[in-house]
Amino acid sequence: MDALLLHPTTIGGKLLLMVIAIALFALVMAAVLGLAQLPKRQTRGAAAAVFLFPALALVCFGLIYPALVTIKNSFYDQTSTSFVGLKNFATILSSPEFLTTLRNTVAWVILVPLLATGIGLVYAVLVDHARVEKFAKTLIFLPMAISMVGASIIWKFVYDDRVGILSRAYRAVAGWLGAEDPTAPKWLMDAPWNTFFLMVVMIWIQAGFAMTVLSAAIKAIPDDIIEAGRLDGLTGVKLFRWVTVPMIRPSLVVVLTTVAMTALKAFDIVRTMQGGHFHASVVANDFYTQSFNNHDKGVGAALAVLLFVIVVPVIAYNVHQLRKAEDIR
Amino acid sequence: MKRSTTKAALAAATGLALAAGMAACGGTNGADGGDAAETPKSDCAAYDQYGDLKGKSISVYTTFVDIEGASYEESFKPFSECTGATIKYEGSKSLTADVLGRIEAGAVADLVAFPQPGLLQQAIATGKVLEAPAAVAANVDQYWTASWRDYGSVDGKLYAAPLGASVKSLVWYSPSAFDQAGYSVPETWDELLDLTKRIADDGVAKPWCVGIADGDATGWVATDWVEDLVLRSAGPEVYDQWVAHEIPFNDPRIVDSLKEMSKITRDGAYVNAGIGDIQSIAATMWSDAGTPVMDGQCFLHRQASFYGGYFTDAGAKVAENGDIWAFYLPSSDPSTKPILGGGDFVAAFADRPEVVAFQTFLSSPEWANTKAKATEGGWTTANSGLEKGNLKSAVDQLAFGLLADPSAEFRFDGSDLMPGVIGADAFFKQMTSYFAEGKSEQAVADAIEAAWPK
Repeated sequence: MDALLLHPTTIGGKLLLMVIAIALFALVMAAVLGLAQLPKRQTRGAAAAVFLFPALALVCFGLIYPALVTIKNSFYDQTSTSFVGLKNFATILSSPEFLTTLRNTVAWVILVPLLATGIGLVYAVLVDHARVEKFAKTLIFLPMAISMVGASIIWKFVYDDRVGILSRAYRAVAGWLGAEDPTAPKWLMDAPWNTFFLMVVMIWIQAGFAMTVLSAAIKAIPDDIIEAGRLDGLTGVKLFRWVTVPMIRPSLVVVLTTVAMTALKAFDIVRTMQGGHFHASVVANDFYTQSFNNHDKGVGAALAVLLFVIVVPVIAYNVHQLRKAEDIR
Repeated sequence: MKRSTTKAALAAATGLALAAGMAACGGTNGADGGDAAETPKSDCAAYDQYGDLKGKSISVYTTFVDIEGASYEESFKPFSECTGATIKYEGSKSLTADVLGRIEAGAVADLVAFPQPGLLQQAIATGKVLEAPAAVAANVDQYWTASWRDYGSVDGKLYAAPLGASVKSLVWYSPSAFDQAGYSVPETWDELLDLTKRIADDGVAKPWCVGIADGDATGWVATDWVEDLVLRSAGPEVYDQWVAHEIPFNDPRIVDSLKEMSKITRDGAYVNAGIGDIQSIAATMWSDAGTPVMDGQCFLHRQASFYGGYFTDAGAKVAENGDIWAFYLPSSDPSTKPILGGGDFVAAFADRPEVVAFQTFLSSPEWANTKAKATEGGWTTANSGLEKGNLKSAVDQLAFGLLADPSAEFRFDGSDLMPGVIGADAFFKQMTSYFAEGKSEQAVADAIEAAWPK
């Protein structure tokens, strides 16, 4: 029976398994929703508890439990059998390779949000009320629809030494400027600039996100405030600096911190484009390499813990800003 | 009330759709190893020893997918047809990343083909790998050499029998291009260096093409070069000590081997034919690096026997008098014949009678011959019970001949034997820096030694 249900081999068996899975799911959903229907007479607390339960259970099993195990593993050896204290952290922090990785991660967290938000904001302002606004917005939003891995593969071609459009363009321009047999830089190989060329991919994707959120925020500024600013003599850049930016500040902060968190977790781009070689690795990529290539659970877990420690202040700041924004409303 | 019921129904419907999607995605990518014995074949006599296994099933997990995977499944058919057992085959490229996790979770297949002895040792250390049954051990003793037995053993106990093998000490060339230019196949390392110089002096094209890029595994091709050179300039004994870390990675003899390698791989006049400068080696996909040999842009390409498939795919005839052929990467002293190679090993996680029977079958000459017949090219084994003629591709026959050569000294790919931190990371990364940044041989060796786990 166990084999029949868990490892079906025939089409009929697979269909049966699917029907059972669906029935089970529907049953659970019906139970949850049925319980939620009961209230009326009961307190709001009970209803809230019913709705919170699935989320809480998922958070506990999917997030808190693994987090605790990871923290524990970071103090154990590579097979998680004996306690080694802070040895894993010492290994990481004394390796020159890792310090490069850390430097790269910091660069990602600072540059990607600033550039993506900056580009998104300028773009949102420029196309606001323009005749082709919708079309222009679609153009910059499109990359958002592409997965990180897909985008990485596209950009890998852009940077390719032989067929890449960037290398071709470089050679054409250099040749036009009079260089004899110019060779394009190896975009993805020459450290530390290769990290920047990897970031471009994420900026390309995230600028669309920043633009969308900020454009909505700009549109939400009441017209009378703009008018008041105009009456006081503000125009162009000044109006932008003293009216628009302060009015959308909460949205700006949320976009900045959200993109910063995405940048901290950057992994797919680095792994797909050059596998963390050429001194362009980031913490998340090192974590994967240590855990699944080198099978060193201890060092892998220690890297995850370090990443967690770095991301906490960003999240705390984000939550704080969100609360402040809510208070204003 | 009515409204909320509709909502509930909607939510349930969405849930249904989701669950259906998940159930649909939840299928395994394995396939059945053929139906039970409905058409018993006449030549089932060799399978009588395994008994009647009707209704039994055995799960197998390997790294082989697509065409390679299909040839494995094909090779299992006679067994399932004759014994009635079902083989559940699963192939995944991410085996090396997930197999230890699967073992830990207790959800691993009955038999797993490990592509690296180092990883196999780690799996054995978990205590979940079963010792090889007597029949398997007997087959290994009869058909494989002692060194192959050792790679699947811990403390003298055999755990995993070898399965397939590859030979890495090969140099691919074009026989017709050699004929035209009057070059001949070198017999010693020095002759190879002379030939390299002669090709460069003739000026038609640079002699060598090399590419070490392979995503996150970038660098493995370069580690194979180093291993081949250590075997040639320092010898198999030093090689064994080096792999086991009985001598440091930056031992002068190892650094000298690296310098010997640099005579070819870091001389701008010799590399990188048809592709670019020395730096381009680090950016060229290993699978693209050898094909310039076909159109005369490059004369020599060092790569394993399994590379033959790439030439065949590109339309070349791989044979001694065809478009492309390979010669043995010569040793410094022609009286010795070190061979670098790789292979995979089958470990068992269950000892049900049908698993033992199938495990025994996989270590038998019957399987090796069936597999050879089911494969177009790119596979060989060190199982001496294999009839050479059953291998369809000429280069596989060449590789098998080298593996079976009693005067040859076989050594397993060292990076697969070293700890993962070195063999899958530091060694790869440092060799990449060796090409990308021109890092000195001493600095490369020092950095790897520093990363060796203490």
